[in-house]
Amino acid sequence: MPVQAMPAGENVALQVRNLDFFYGDFKGLSNVNLDIAHKKVTAFIGPSGCGKSTLLRTFNRMYDLYPGQRAEGQILFHGKNLLDKSQDVNLVRARIGMVFQKPTPFPMTIYENIAFGVRLYERMSKSAMDDRVEWALNKAALWGEVKDKLLQSGLSLSGGQQQRLCIARAVAVKPEIVLLDEPTSALDPISTAKIEELINELKSDYTIAIVTHNMQQAARISDYTAFMYLGELIEFNETGTIFMRPGKKQTEDYITGRFG
Amino acid sequence: MSEPSATAGIDLHAKQVRKFRLQDRFFHHSTQVFAFVVLAALVGILVSLSIEAWPSLKAFGPSFLWTNVWSVPDDKFGALAAIYGTVTTSVLALLIAVPVSFGIALFLTETCPLWLRRPLGTAIELLAGIPSIVYGIWGLFVFAPLFADHIQPPLQALLGDVPIIGGWFSGPPIGVGILTASIVLALMVIPFIASVMRDVFETVPHVLKESAYGIGCTNWEVVRNVVLPYTRVGVIGGIMLGLGRALGETMAVTFVIGNANRINGSLFAPGTSIASTLANEFGEATPGLHIASLFALGLVLFIITFIVLAISRWLISRSMGSEGL
Repeated sequence: MPVQAMPAGENVALQVRNLDFFYGDFKGLSNVNLDIAHKKVTAFIGPSGCGKSTLLRTFNRMYDLYPGQRAEGQILFHGKNLLDKSQDVNLVRARIGMVFQKPTPFPMTIYENIAFGVRLYERMSKSAMDDRVEWALNKAALWGEVKDKLLQSGLSLSGGQQQRLCIARAVAVKPEIVLLDEPTSALDPISTAKIEELINELKSDYTIAIVTHNMQQAARISDYTAFMYLGELIEFNETGTIFMRPGKKQTEDYITGRFG
Repeated sequence: MSEPSATAGIDLHAKQVRKFRLQDRFFHHSTQVFAFVVLAALVGILVSLSIEAWPSLKAFGPSFLWTNVWSVPDDKFGALAAIYGTVTTSVLALLIAVPVSFGIALFLTETCPLWLRRPLGTAIELLAGIPSIVYGIWGLFVFAPLFADHIQPPLQALLGDVPIIGGWFSGPPIGVGILTASIVLALMVIPFIASVMRDVFETVPHVLKESAYGIGCTNWEVVRNVVLPYTRVGVIGGIMLGLGRALGETMAVTFVIGNANRINGSLFAPGTSIASTLANEFGEATPGLHIASLFALGLVLFIITFIVLAISRWLISRSMGSEGL
């Protein structure tokens, strides 16, 4: 399989080379090659089970938590292979944040949900922490809604608010890349719209990789789109090109709704 | 012309419904009876304990609780030594068992390789199944001599001269005693606490742990900040289960505690617990104040256990109240 088209003239945040992924004996990804552009939104689309979430979870080595899952190949981040055993996984995860499909606030207050991650890597005064919490909640467009109840449990928020809290938590540690794994699939349309708007604003500061089931969403918010099928990267290009003039028959069939 | 058969159908239906209702009522009442048996047993035990203990309670009054005397020839009885022994051994046992169980449960749920998980888990459950008398014999014939020869002397040399706590390690190293009983008790409750903790740690959703790992937490940070707060209630429940078992444990303690009805500041000294006093003396007790005092001891144990349960309920409800969990 040829190396896919790389974003031309972009700074590259992550370079994926010859990536294979295994769940025990099952091959979940085969020979994936692509570049994630710096401070752009890259969307991964494809039918269920095509490997898009698997690919996203290799970017921060989340698969490490599960015995039997392994990745082979290279994912270069600042010139170093993330998949090397010698890489400090915790440091990688602090620099490459992740938000999940279901909102997962920690069992603590709203304030602590944000401050907790920051405290792991930075020592700061109470007032600096207050500022950071406010900054992160502002980034996630949540400050106005929660500023009077920072000491309530994160679980007391609505689903959409919880998800924005998780985004705030991810950006609070000032990562370079934010991975979003179907962040809106458990949310109502209004919350979804807010999160999409938020992603649009976040890309001025962060590189974003998003997995989505929703093709319209990919078309609306991403700069680059990767179409995956059965563990392979079928096509990768600028979002406009993928949706208007797809180069492969499979891509065209998928985006026009003929399968998937 | 279909009318008769239609009514017949309805009749049949009504009959059927009535039958179901009867069945349901029978089911409801029979399960209710079973549930009330528990209540009746509880009240029955409490009442019969009180009646049997009455002569002793009348003779000694509430001072039974804080009198340090247990003299069969003089017919003078006080529960203090036994209460002291029971509470001290149980608390010491928990001090040893809780951190160890916590470590076991964390290893099993968080970092244990998959192939080792099942054998280790099974081993812990087997440990919980060993009858307490076996722990007792092992404690008396194997552990106590080893303890007296190889652990007590260095412990004494190391801590014996330290002010305040030095006294805890004074006296002849004879093997049996309060500390030995505490260690054997700890071994016995570890499987219980560890398996409850393991079960509750496993209820933490994977995605919640992933999000904590996702911001760069280490194993310990995930446990400290996500797993523990999430499972607080279950962890407290497991510890209380262990405490309840330690308080009432009879055979193993009787073997290794030394059975001396007195209070000594040293943990090396022999002592007694409520349960072991009962086990030792019921056989030879003469009717009268002696028997009544043993019943009173039983009542005290019952009340201590009840208080422990009440405190654990209170802790659980308090921890559920805070942070709106």
